[in-house]
Amino acid sequence: MPSLDDQGRRTFEDRERHKPVRGERHAMSERDPKQRAASFDEVGLGYTADEALAEAMRCLQCKNPTCQDGCPVNIDIRGFIREIIDGNYADGVTVLKERNALPAVCGRVCPQEEQCERSCVLAKKGEPIAIGRLERFLGDFDLSCDIEHRCVPEIPEPSGLCCAVVGSGPAGLACAGQLALFGHEVTIFESLHAPGGVLAYGIPEFRLPKQILDAEIEALTATGVELVTDFVVGRLSTVDELITEEGFDAVFIGSGAGLPVFMGIPGENLNGVYSANEFLTRVNLMRAYEFPNADTPVWRGRKVAVVGGGNVAMDAARTALRLGAEEVFLVYRRTEDEMPARREEVHHAREEGIEFKMLCSPLEVTGHDGWVTGLVATRMELTEPDASGRRAPVCVMDSEFEIECDTVIMAVGTRANPLLASAAPNLEVSGRGYIVTDDSGATSMPGVYAGGDIVTGAATVILAMGAGKRAAVAMDEWLRKNVTADR
Amino acid sequence: MFEIVHARQLSDSVFEMGVSAPRIAAKVRAGQFLMVRTDEQGERIPLTFSDWSAEEGWIRFIYMRVGKTTHQLSHMGVGDFLADVVGPLGVPTHTSELGRVCVVGGGVGAAVAYPVARAMVAEGNEVHVVLGARNKQLLILEDELRALPLASLTVVTDDGSAGEKGLVTAPLKRFAESRAIDAAFAVGPAIMMKFCAATAAEHGVPITVSLNPIMVDGTGMCGACRVSVGNETRFGCVDGPDFDGHAVDWEELMSRQRIYNDAEREADADYSRSCSCHL
Ligand SMILES: Cc1cc2nc3c(=O)[nH]c(=O)nc-3n(C[C@H](O)[C@H](O)[C@H](O)COP(=O)(O)OP(=O)(O)OC[C@H]3O[C@@H](n4cnc5c(N)ncnc54)[C@H](O)[C@@H]3O)c2cc1C
Ligand SMILES: Cc1cc2nc3c(=O)[nH]c(=O)nc-3n(C[C@H](O)[C@H](O)[C@H](O)COP(=O)(O)OP(=O)(O)OC[C@H]3O[C@@H](n4cnc5c(N)ncnc54)[C@H](O)[C@@H]3O)c2cc1C
Ligand code: SF4
Ligand code: SF4
Ligand code: FES
Repeated sequence: MPSLDDQGRRTFEDRERHKPVRGERHAMSERDPKQRAASFDEVGLGYTADEALAEAMRCLQCKNPTCQDGCPVNIDIRGFIREIIDGNYADGVTVLKERNALPAVCGRVCPQEEQCERSCVLAKKGEPIAIGRLERFLGDFDLSCDIEHRCVPEIPEPSGLCCAVVGSGPAGLACAGQLALFGHEVTIFESLHAPGGVLAYGIPEFRLPKQILDAEIEALTATGVELVTDFVVGRLSTVDELITEEGFDAVFIGSGAGLPVFMGIPGENLNGVYSANEFLTRVNLMRAYEFPNADTPVWRGRKVAVVGGGNVAMDAARTALRLGAEEVFLVYRRTEDEMPARREEVHHAREEGIEFKMLCSPLEVTGHDGWVTGLVATRMELTEPDASGRRAPVCVMDSEFEIECDTVIMAVGTRANPLLASAAPNLEVSGRGYIVTDDSGATSMPGVYAGGDIVTGAATVILAMGAGKRAAVAMDEWLRKNVTADR
Repeated sequence: MFEIVHARQLSDSVFEMGVSAPRIAAKVRAGQFLMVRTDEQGERIPLTFSDWSAEEGWIRFIYMRVGKTTHQLSHMGVGDFLADVVGPLGVPTHTSELGRVCVVGGGVGAAVAYPVARAMVAEGNEVHVVLGARNKQLLILEDELRALPLASLTVVTDDGSAGEKGLVTAPLKRFAESRAIDAAFAVGPAIMMKFCAATAAEHGVPITVSLNPIMVDGTGMCGACRVSVGNETRFGCVDGPDFDGHAVDWEELMSRQRIYNDAEREADADYSRSCSCHL
């Protein structure tokens, strides 16, 4: 008798021993840097089935798979890789979906080098398993099936309870999906005209094709989740009113950290200075790159300076390049090693010809006639590491210099948008406007939960999804205890 | 999708449109605005609520045909659908306990001045309205304003074709000089608001202005709408659209409004070529 786990799959112990194949990590094919610098088509092309198998074969199928601890949502990585080895892609997708509702997205955008791949035992030799690429492979396999054949979870009997989810970013989508799995009726309220949150308005097409997002959202609505766009919670209805007037039994808030921060330096309101949010929203959500066929314009700079070193800065810089900029500078106050962006994006940005100006901090945007003409910056240096090992950037005296440019894009962070919380006086928020929750996601209002960037500040897709899912579990418990009893 | 339930031309280039939107209608307050997107390729544009009925579930706005989106709107009629209507956005205008107040509406700004004046009257204030336009043809909402129990209504046109000849600042100055008002509110082209603010400042009268910076989302997530008020950067869509007129950096606002002029001319020219109305 084979021993099966509760999903009906054979357990790790029961499978034939796997003989790992030694060798280097398998590269993923990519579009040529020259060609892609003018195109919004996706850069990474994904593994073929042969490549995926070859990469999966490198996995040691460890007895003690440390990789799993590195994943914020604890995906059974060894398990899904095993299914690739055995050719059971659909089972592999099931393993992924136990923990991660959007594998095709996370396989593409997770900072794997800091998470799962860093914790792989092979990382010590510098050649960890390409977990992200394998995850993407399975995610794409799933999306390539038509909706009836996709790995759609079974929906239990309706519970008769209704939940509202505010925001359709990764946190909201993951929470809604999980609540539906518990049998609750779910409505997502999104203030923009399109769902997806940052996945729709922030992360560009060349990194995350909209088609992937659309397919994921289609799958979610197929489980019965209702999506209402153009609905600003806090204005059309407050959080309180969702419960008292709209008849929802519980609410999840996943409204993100969408408020762009500026540096507060002179010249920041000149024409040609954008927040990364505005620039990327114009291009991604409003499709300004198709102007005038799409109606929203974007100023196409010839020389563009992007301030920041995270994913947002990389996306803005590479988008500017694709809109036809001759030169794009990335201005960052530390060094490339400290950049919080995904390694792969930094590498791609360099390949495409983005010029890195490291250890520079902007002092002023200069202009003429209301328009940007340059960015004055000062040189920085890093101090010796302090007790925590962190090296702080400090100004080098009298080292000011000017970068000639006609566009400046600020990608120096975002904060919580106060619009929703200001209409919910009973909702406890931190000094910086983030919603305060306990570990399960419960807020100070009974039946109201929150998760994602609105709780943690700008973080990652997988953390937002993990929080959404965790909150859904807590909401389900709360609902069954408090609401059903009332009726 | 939002169904158009009312469409009317008010002047050569100014139109009124009503949309069925019961949820929005239940929440609107004077001075708030909505974002409209005509279709899937469309731009999101901000327009102010000019009227609404919570009972009947509709909202109205008045717009001037200035570019592609407003041109497209002018060709849509009852029974057509707008892809998106989002609102109510922005902080409502402060309308209570003002005492004697002068509301100035210039051009299509009258569309904002009308609901604001109506709300101020309803709150029991003494309201004087100054309604301005370049000429008689462009004057809108005069009848609607006359139907309100205002303390006075002064019509002003640049060319004297209706009412008093001159600029809206002349009657505002008279009210301020004679100490007939405690506060003022102005909405219209930036340059008009700038001079109204200057006039009010001369006589120490506080003035609120309703600004119209370029917007993208209208919900505080992009910063396109930022304006400098009292040396601080504020977001027009969530902190405004109303601000203290004495503290606004007008030159910056006007400069920022021009960012896309060339691109917008291109879009409209492109659209007009394919549009049968040959405007
Ligand atoms: C340009 C960019 C690139 C990034 N790249 C990566 C990456 O490569 N890898 C990675 O892991 N992370 C990346 N991130 C971070 C990641 O996208 C976020 O951490 C994640 O999207 C947060 O998810 P969320 O659901 O909490 O919020 P969001 O994705 O911000 O979604 C919130 C949603 O709520 C809606 N909303 C807000 N207020 C209201 C309201 N009052 N009523 C109704 N709806 C409302 C918003 O419109 C939005 O759709 C990137 C972020 C940006 C901006
Ligand atoms: C809070 C607010 C309330 C407004 N209320 C009204 C109103 O009640 N009636 C009315 O007729 N107009 C109003 N406007 C102005 C209106 O939004 C613009 O006239 C409209 O966007 C023009 O769009 P278009 O495509 O037809 O013209 P375009 O060709 O796109 O632009 C023509 C000019 O309109 C301005 N403009 C363009 N795009 C925007 C934008 N996204 N946001 C703001 N301004 C823009 C620019 O100055 C531009 O040069 C308001 C603006 C704001 C910010
Ligand atoms: S979700 Fe992200 S961290 Fe977890 S296994 Fe997948 S790629 Fe790695
Ligand atoms: S730690 Fe690395 S080698 Fe071991 S199971 Fe995980 S992915 Fe495979
Ligand atoms: S319009 Fe985007 S923040 Fe105001």
